[in-house]
Amino acid sequence: MAATVRVQVQAGDFDVAALQRALLFDDAGAVVTFTGYVRKGVEGEPAVTAIELEHYPGMTEHSIEVIAREAVERWSLKGVSVVHRIGHLPVGAQIVWVGASATHRGDAFAGCEFVMDYLKTRAPFWKKEYGDFGERWVCARDSDEARAARWQAEN
Amino acid sequence: MLRVRFFARIREVVGESQLELPLSAETATLDALQASLGTRGEAWRGALTEANLVRAVNHQVVHGNTPLAEGDEVAFYPPVTGG
Repeated sequence: MAATVRVQVQAGDFDVAALQRALLFDDAGAVVTFTGYVRKGVEGEPAVTAIELEHYPGMTEHSIEVIAREAVERWSLKGVSVVHRIGHLPVGAQIVWVGASATHRGDAFAGCEFVMDYLKTRAPFWKKEYGDFGERWVCARDSDEARAARWQAEN
Repeated sequence: MLRVRFFARIREVVGESQLELPLSAETATLDALQASLGTRGEAWRGALTEANLVRAVNHQVVHGNTPLAEGDEVAFYPPVTGG
């Protein structure tokens, strides 16, 4: 059976239980999921109260789908599902959800982490933070690039 | 025509989200387009010479120069920060 790949970019919130149920298949013994949330920021610095997420319509969906299909190939996944929100999101809001289902847990863990690492460094989204400091664009982090690069080294 | 799009901080600095430009010597390649846009003013020059600027043609990130064709969509944007 061909693997299921679903990519959603949306302003609205999402239901993780329903998303996970859609990744259940008779031949999949493992589903690994990741949920990312808007956080307050770093201790000792002015608090972040909300973020604004901008994206590149069309390219965003396409680039995530390419990443998801690569994960399917590499770990023989039964399904991958990605939801990423855009627009204005307060602290505590869900931003992103990735689920990967596979026959065994090792492939599901790896597939989920791979999609998340690549999404963070390749998919065209940009975060702007709001708080007492006013507003500021979030800078890309070298640690995210390093995480994504691990998947090439381990190839 | 070419469609040129700008996102996030780059969009704010240049004050445009999208331009339509005719194909010409100045827009025949990605490098030529970038150099030409950089002559529009100080803000443009600064944004378009940023070392970590990402360039995409038709939704594909491009490393190095590439020719541009009628109907292409080019995008300039800063490193991504989603997830």
